Amino acid sequence: MSFEQGQRVRVASREHRGHHRTPGYLKGRVGTVERSHGSFTNPETRAYGESGLPEKELYLVRFEDGHLIYADIYEHWLEPQ
Amino acid sequence: MSHDHDHPHDHDHEPIGHDGESPAAARARALEELLVEKGVITRESVRQGIDWLVSRSPADGARLVARAWVDPEFKERLLADAREAAAELGLNAGPSPVVMAVENTEKVHHMVVCTLCSCYPRALLGPPPVWYKSLPYRSRAVSEPRSVLAEFGVELDPDVELRVLDSTADVRYLVVPRRPEGTGGMSEDELAALVTRDSMIGVAQPASPAAAAAQ
Repeated sequence: MSFEQGQRVRVASREHRGHHRTPGYLKGRVGTVERSHGSFTNPETRAYGESGLPEKELYLVRFEDGHLIYADIYEHWLEPQ
Repeated sequence: MSHDHDHPHDHDHEPIGHDGESPAAARARALEELLVEKGVITRESVRQGIDWLVSRSPADGARLVARAWVDPEFKERLLADAREAAAELGLNAGPSPVVMAVENTEKVHHMVVCTLCSCYPRALLGPPPVWYKSLPYRSRAVSEPRSVLAEFGVELDPDVELRVLDSTADVRYLVVPRRPEGTGGMSEDELAALVTRDSMIGVAQPASPAAAAAQ
């Protein structure tokens, strides 16, 4: 799924056994897409010796918490809000 | 093998490594031996990787920042694509596909953390400091960043927007700190000497000219 700059998104709150790059403290949180970094191999399969294909799009997402937190979240962890 | 370290837990266990070797080091050594045995890597490639890593230092990142301070067009290119800008100065920004520079201003302050592990722009800053990899920094940088900054000696005005960058994936972040006051007549090399590692992580301001001269 593809997202636009400025779009509101929710980080999926699902659990994931094994290597993944979505921090637990952001799961379930709503943020705003700041930009796309491009598409990269999927660390969740690459970590286990696979190709990491198909590539996944990586987004910089902004979260507001008094201060602002920016984190890089892969498309398959984001849901339209 | 000995079992002579002090630790608080109350069970007996088998020795867990070579004498004096930490469990993490033992695991790394076992992995390396297996990977070499299976022909995935060679001892030489491991040695070259370590040599490259320890040869990097914050001096490279500081050159980028100092150039950005004296050359506004270079700063624009650095903020647009730090990898390309680094290449202009003959610097290799490392294996990460995206390296992003962010600028601290009067109104906005950036600081960098990796809550999941220790992602860090090693090619431009060298190995990360121990505290950057510590659990307290990794957790508190996102939960109470202003307190963390205060402990590093950075007091932000309440109206400064604080942005914490959690480098969770393929991107590495480099902070371009604010140019200190009173540096108008300084050369690019003199400016680079003010740019500390911690200022490029965003937990410190650059050194003042007076502090740098006193060293």
